[in-house]
Amino acid sequence: MSKAITLKEAVKKPDLLASGHRLCAGCAEPIIARLVLKASRGAIIATTATGCLEVATTIFPYSAWRIPWIHTAFENAAATASGIEAAWRAMRRKGRGPLARYETLDIVAFAGDGGTYDIGLQALSGALERGHDFTYVLLDNEAYMNTGIQRSGGTPYCAWTTTSPAGTVIPGKREWKKPIDEIVIAHETPYVATVSPAYPLDLMQKAARAFETEGPAFIHAISPCCRGWRFPSNKTIEVARLAVETCFFPLYECRVEDGRPIYKLSPPSLAIAKRPERKKPVEEYLRIQGRFRHLFRPERREGLIERIQRWVDRRWEMLLEKADL
Amino acid sequence: MKEAKPGWRELPFGAVPYKSSLEYHTGDWGVERPEFDLEKCTRCTLCHFYCPEGAISFDAGHPEVDLRYCKGCGICANECPAGAIRMVRKG
Repeated sequence: MSKAITLKEAVKKPDLLASGHRLCAGCAEPIIARLVLKASRGAIIATTATGCLEVATTIFPYSAWRIPWIHTAFENAAATASGIEAAWRAMRRKGRGPLARYETLDIVAFAGDGGTYDIGLQALSGALERGHDFTYVLLDNEAYMNTGIQRSGGTPYCAWTTTSPAGTVIPGKREWKKPIDEIVIAHETPYVATVSPAYPLDLMQKAARAFETEGPAFIHAISPCCRGWRFPSNKTIEVARLAVETCFFPLYECRVEDGRPIYKLSPPSLAIAKRPERKKPVEEYLRIQGRFRHLFRPERREGLIERIQRWVDRRWEMLLEKADL
Repeated sequence: MKEAKPGWRELPFGAVPYKSSLEYHTGDWGVERPEFDLEKCTRCTLCHFYCPEGAISFDAGHPEVDLRYCKGCGICANECPAGAIRMVRKG
């Protein structure tokens, strides 16, 4: 374990994702990407699956990446990361090639929820199974925001999107969010963590642990999207915090030791586990977002809100059981 | 297959971005900019970490915003625990 990260030290580290990228004002993705890159140990190579982060940071002829960066198609961010790792190991073995001199190399793949839940799942699954040493960061904005807010496997129940419109009969998306973390943990991935940009220190510490992990590491970041979730651009961090405080998106880490997943809640969620009265009703999280407006207007749809609350409670209880709390 | 084809060494590069996005100023996107009250500011540095643009730096020991890139989203003003940031109209 290297030196512990502090905000005081991290603020001095230069940003590896430069200003001047063209993501929307108030986007959470560059916040997460900057924080993850701040936690890198040194030499680092990034690859990004198609998505907002990719298209907005690399509009020809400009690039916002101050590190080696490789373009990837939608479905194979994890496969590209595997290839980088294999090439680095081959160069180390032969003692020649541009990567041969790096003793450690942080390889990070950024992908959105479309590139992870739906399109990139097979590449991710294959890379996890082969056990390549890389870090996969899932920037979960819960729909295909880059192409205009189409629903994905990561879109939560009842959320409005352009392909799951909310009307009098259908209340937005009719399916539940896919439990991607459990799918990844089921691969016996050495390190899995969920992060929220509202807790920057927690995020950087987890990213540092992911880089240090031998073998694949998976970071699931909630990335509120002011355009697609329909809230003012200055509320991004507020929404990301509410997701944690309502236990809609609890923060935890999971390590696999002797083939057994060991869950550990992170401080913001642990505080709620210890004092359950701090857990906020999910309604506070839903009400702030326009994509759930049809649950409150023109009339309150109590049944649906109740159903979401039950889903949140059930998943939270399951997590507490797994974390032995 | 008599015709000799170029090997990978001879192939031209694909589309490689060759300019830094720092040359692309996004500061004219927004209508507002943050104004710091340095008396109230506790130097907690959270605004630096919450800024999507990386436009707020503490190089001078206090927060400074780079208006060439600030898109005026207002996250810093909304999140400042000391209430030391307020959004004002640019220009």
